[in-house]
Amino acid sequence: MNKLYREKHSNALHADPVALEPSPEESTPSSVITPSLIGFPNTLIVIPAYNEEKNIGKVLEGIRRCAPEIPVLVINDGSRDATPKISRECGAKVISLPFNSGYGVALQTGFIFALKNGYTTVLQMDADGQHDPRYIVDMLQEIQNENLDVVIGSRFLGNNGYKTTFLKRLGMFIFGNLASLFCGQKVSDPTSGFQALKGKAIQFVAGEYYPPDYPDADFIIMLHRFGFKTREIPVIMHPSPDNKSMHSGKTIYYVFKMFLSIIVTLLRQKPKGF
Amino acid sequence: MPPRIRIIAIFICIFLLAYVFELVRRKHLNEEYSLGWLVTGSLMLILSISEDLLIWISDLVGATLFTSTLFFSGLVFLMIICLHFSIRISALTNQVRTLTQHLGILDYEKRTLESVVVQNSLAKNPSVLEKL
Repeated sequence: MNKLYREKHSNALHADPVALEPSPEESTPSSVITPSLIGFPNTLIVIPAYNEEKNIGKVLEGIRRCAPEIPVLVINDGSRDATPKISRECGAKVISLPFNSGYGVALQTGFIFALKNGYTTVLQMDADGQHDPRYIVDMLQEIQNENLDVVIGSRFLGNNGYKTTFLKRLGMFIFGNLASLFCGQKVSDPTSGFQALKGKAIQFVAGEYYPPDYPDADFIIMLHRFGFKTREIPVIMHPSPDNKSMHSGKTIYYVFKMFLSIIVTLLRQKPKGF
Repeated sequence: MPPRIRIIAIFICIFLLAYVFELVRRKHLNEEYSLGWLVTGSLMLILSISEDLLIWISDLVGATLFTSTLFFSGLVFLMIICLHFSIRISALTNQVRTLTQHLGILDYEKRTLESVVVQNSLAKNPSVLEKL
């Protein structure tokens, strides 16, 4: 059944990324073979969101079209706009943090919730519309069918034409190479927040070792050091509509933190239980 | 050490110790955080009073001026206090983070339970809807 779902959506997956509007037959939920209850049980999509009222509706609508049966949890990270209201109206579960705590803290809240409620697979994605929801099924299939713990959506695998600033590319190049060196496998997109995790990897993110501010290359190295199996698959990512980044204004701190975190990760012994 | 700087140092140390005690008495400073200040104030007071000890430490660290030894000691104590505070702030930050996350989850569970209770009440007694 899952294969049928994939075949049905295979054209959409390779279509123009901007053209997210469904065809008339796809817009009826009953006409779509829903994956979650058949192929993806106990799966949760986690989206941290901070002041994303302009984008969150479109993101949730995209998820509803591509993976209608998978529950979505939006972590409202102290937004001052209508983000939680729009998310609830779109049918998502919404956890509101009392104040803005940062991307990693919001994300970790989703994993704590998933662990508490018996979800065995978690897919995380951004609320600004950068991550194309048509790859959700690809990522979940990859993590279900293969003997993997973490699947990372990479914008630099394949020919997807993602463009970004020189500084960002330089950072990705340096940290990508460092991650590749220490992981012993190619890491092409160390800053991708489009990830699927399952089993003990969820427990790891919900635990004390997870780096709550800017979990990027250090997180990937940490996963490798803790014995988790990771794999990148090609995805399409769109430029952020508001052209903002979670590292905005804190570039120097980000670089410092990343280097320090990578060093202490390499020096840290693997804890018991992983 | 010139007598004037010694008297000033002794006065500052006594004032610091008295002020920390007063803050603790008024419950403006926890006993836990007063410890570093009291130890620093006391040691600086001992160094200011005891010239022999100051000379011995100056010889030990190779300082030519006794006042330099006094300032250097004060700086070292302050660095230790700052590091202690950074450790405490990190622990508090982690605790606030955990509380924030669990508060968010509990709030979600509360709202979910409330909506379930309201739906059950409506199913059992539809007249509740009219009151609402």
